Amino acid sequence: MIWNPNKECMSREQMRELQGKRLHKIVEYVYHNVPFYRHKLQEMDLSPSDIRTIDDIVKLPFTTKKDLRDNYPFGLQAAPQSEVIRIHASSGTTGNPTIVGYTRKDISIWSECMARSLTAYGVGREDIFSVSYGYGLFTGGLGAHNGVETVGASVVPASTGNTEKHARLIRDLGVTGIACTPSYALYLAETMERMGITRDQIKLRVGAFGAEPWTENMRKEIQDRLGLKGYNLYGLSEIMGPSVSYECEEQHGSHINEDHFFPEVIDPVTLEPLPAGQTGELVFTTLTKEGMPVLRYRTRDLCALLPGDCPCGRTNVRMSAIQGRTDDMLIIRGINVFPSQVESVVLTMEEFAPRYLLVVDRINNLDTLMVQVELRPEYFNATLDTPAAIDELEKRFADKLRSVLSINAKVQIKAPGTIERSQGKSVRVIDKRKLL
Amino acid sequence: MTIRQLSIFLENQAGTLQKVLELIKQAHIQIIACTIADTAEYGIFRIICREPDRACRELKEAGVAVAISDVFAVEMSNQPGGAADVVSHFSEAGVGITYMYAFLLDGRGILVFRTNQEELAREVVTRCGLRVLSADDLPL
Ligand SMILES: [Zn+2]
Repeated sequence: MIWNPNKECMSREQMRELQGKRLHKIVEYVYHNVPFYRHKLQEMDLSPSDIRTIDDIVKLPFTTKKDLRDNYPFGLQAAPQSEVIRIHASSGTTGNPTIVGYTRKDISIWSECMARSLTAYGVGREDIFSVSYGYGLFTGGLGAHNGVETVGASVVPASTGNTEKHARLIRDLGVTGIACTPSYALYLAETMERMGITRDQIKLRVGAFGAEPWTENMRKEIQDRLGLKGYNLYGLSEIMGPSVSYECEEQHGSHINEDHFFPEVIDPVTLEPLPAGQTGELVFTTLTKEGMPVLRYRTRDLCALLPGDCPCGRTNVRMSAIQGRTDDMLIIRGINVFPSQVESVVLTMEEFAPRYLLVVDRINNLDTLMVQVELRPEYFNATLDTPAAIDELEKRFADKLRSVLSINAKVQIKAPGTIERSQGKSVRVIDKRKLL
Repeated sequence: MTIRQLSIFLENQAGTLQKVLELIKQAHIQIIACTIADTAEYGIFRIICREPDRACRELKEAGVAVAISDVFAVEMSNQPGGAADVVSHFSEAGVGITYMYAFLLDGRGILVFRTNQEELAREVVTRCGLRVLSADDLPL
């Protein structure tokens, strides 16, 4: 099923035309309502009339996370406060959080985008759908919630926390769909297994997973343990929230709601746009946003736009899975290392749980990388009961890591349950060099 | 001819050993002999006890990385050279010993070892008439 074939299956020419019109309008809008953008455009000697087609987007300045922080709290807000009906704040680990105000129209477009996503996952009016993203300042909970209501399914606003109670509700209510982070899905599966709730006692069919990067192996594990089909749901609060893009039944990349969020992929160093198929930093321009529109916002997410048509019938462009973050990127002995690369190796080793911790340090002026993994109790057996055998396993893992990362990593195998798992975004890197 | 031994993967951290011992205590299982193979980062805690299969199950349920392996427990004479005499039978036959430890049972010295050449070790036991413990020999 397709929620809005008019927009999701538009011809490419029509889409480009619509995007061009909307881009012109949004540039004019921010020029008159956001001094930050007016000054930037004036500095570049640009006026809104210079932006006529979507191809003109490359003339526009970029917006960075730092710009958002520097203009805390309302500097980039374009709509008058009287028009803003909701304010979200993204977690700022350092400095100011990012404040995003939404007008009634923004919330309605967000709900529409979320409804497109849920419909692509096969969610409909008959479903009972649990939203287990955190409700609150984070956009995940309320964003998904509005979409489920728009589709007309019964929403269970479970939020996060009290996982045992949630597991019982999933069983007792016959919940058929869930939206949460992939790491929460694994935690939920673990909790259910511990409580003795089996797959045939639950009716979960669809999972909408996002808010953190995940891999195909993780998808397989979640699907096996919860008995559902897991779909990617991508979004970020600076642009809107969940449902900036969504997977269809083909599960080959996520379709971007590009009539509202125009995507580009750029080289993070030269800032030059990259052709489809090449991996770089994902950049979005909001084409219809009233509350806090952004021009060419650098997401710091690394991915590629996928060329070619999708067999599902949707024509809106697809993006690959997020392959890392420009700011997750660790530079170790001059080599770029992404935690997602380590994860992909961890997931190929059935002896280890799908969790890991990277510890980066600098010892005698030399960067060191240690990868901690957790032994899975069911894979500890009589052949592993000597230090020599454990060393051998460590060596096998270290060799695989070296072939993927091109640097040597020290490997440490930890006992089951000793690597901390969070209910939200997992902490996967400790960079001790920053403490020096 | 062999007895069952528990092997537990432990991290080198205060409290991990205590946690395992507490679980064994709660299961009312008595440890007859034990040893730890230690490395800089982890240890492998090996235990001879009654009802090893039940102990293994209980520990597994608590999320402990535990495995069961078969080890030889050979009686030796309580005299200088007792261990040397036992081991010489095996080494002469070319049996490699992966690890070894010893304990006293009712005043008798018992040498426990693990080998990857179990078949050959069994032949040595039979041929040399060595006394080996079976599960029934362990005290209740
Ligand atoms: Zn598709």
